[in-house]
Amino acid sequence: MTEQGSTPTISVRGLTRRYRDQTALDDVSLDISGPSITGLLGRNGAGKSTFLRIITGQEYASAGQVHVLGGSPVENDAILRRMVLVREDQAYPDLRVGQVIRAASWFYPHWSGDLADSLLADFDLPCGRPVKKLSRGMRSALGIVIGLAARAEVTLFDEPYAGLDAVARQLFYDRLLASHTEDPSTVILSTHLVDEVADLLEHVVMIDHGKIVLDAPADEVRGSVTAVSGSVTAVEEFVAGRTTWDRRRVGSHESLVVGGALDRADRDRARHLRLSLEALSLQQVMVHAAGQPGDELTRKAHA
Amino acid sequence: MLDDGAPIFTQIAEHLADEIADGTLAEGARVPSTNELAAFYRINPATAAKGINVLIDRGLLDKRRGIGMFVAAGAKALLLEERRNGFAERYIRPLIAEAARLEIDLDGLVGLVRASHHEQGASKV
Repeated sequence: MTEQGSTPTISVRGLTRRYRDQTALDDVSLDISGPSITGLLGRNGAGKSTFLRIITGQEYASAGQVHVLGGSPVENDAILRRMVLVREDQAYPDLRVGQVIRAASWFYPHWSGDLADSLLADFDLPCGRPVKKLSRGMRSALGIVIGLAARAEVTLFDEPYAGLDAVARQLFYDRLLASHTEDPSTVILSTHLVDEVADLLEHVVMIDHGKIVLDAPADEVRGSVTAVSGSVTAVEEFVAGRTTWDRRRVGSHESLVVGGALDRADRDRARHLRLSLEALSLQQVMVHAAGQPGDELTRKAHA
Repeated sequence: MLDDGAPIFTQIAEHLADEIADGTLAEGARVPSTNELAAFYRINPATAAKGINVLIDRGLLDKRRGIGMFVAAGAKALLLEERRNGFAERYIRPLIAEAARLEIDLDGLVGLVRASHHEQGASKV
């Protein structure tokens, strides 16, 4: 996604984070350029939150380099004010909603008070209520309001929807898209609800066990993995030479998953062999990616 | 509205091309902006722009700076010609292949086509 010659908004090299008995990030190198919306996908515990905390200077790397907006974010107030991280477990001081919003408005230089007001109304957040009396969903909504109204150059959402129902999540996605349309910036959306956000994403990064297993434009990931089914002989003829997995048989019928984009000629051949093809959704691709060696899946997505 | 198989921008381009081909979007008509498409399909505006650009590159849309995107003159004829050229490949060949599997011979197939054509009152086609 990096345009030639442009400096990526976020650039990490060899990023590693070890805890006592566990490696949360294992030699991660990644460039993210904006404006764009990138999905940071992976299972719980894959290393997504650690990654986001490190690039916002909230946690230290054990090894590796991090550059955000042209500098190191660590204890760099000028850079940190240009970024906002909305965390699932965000802790707030013992204040009322309106006071938290006012404090945020002082911190972020591009804060939009109008946007904050309209978002507070959208999410039915009462300004006079103490934050500690908010429900879990309302606390998540407050984080979303701050994340969007900050209009930061880099906006990071880390599973920001705890306690939000499907309607409120859709509201979040719609308002995120509207903000991004009006004022394009670099957005990373970390989530395991992949299918809900799939259509919003321009770029997809998948982390599994602290390693990047996929880093590709969303357009390339779509249609890069296909379920094929039909008679055993036809399926085997069709997939010869391709990477396959999840092979299952019943009688003389077989189904499997094949990697690599299929072109028009492939589709015609499949029809001739009376095979049925079904492209896997991003969510299903992720399920398979979690069990694949890293370069294997990346290679397939780029094939 | 969107499926998982093809890139979204391709699907957006195809939707619009379908509407131009069937006259829903007449020549000279304004096409929804990328922002309108993004909001409607709930997709990234950059993706919508990519879909629009496919149609501009194919000469089906004209971009008028500061005003918007319009269906180009001759766009419908261009699309119909393209689709006629692909018609045998996309529709006739699979039809013949399936007929062969069902042991319907050519005369039988032609008879069926005539009968269906009549049934659909397709005199206007």
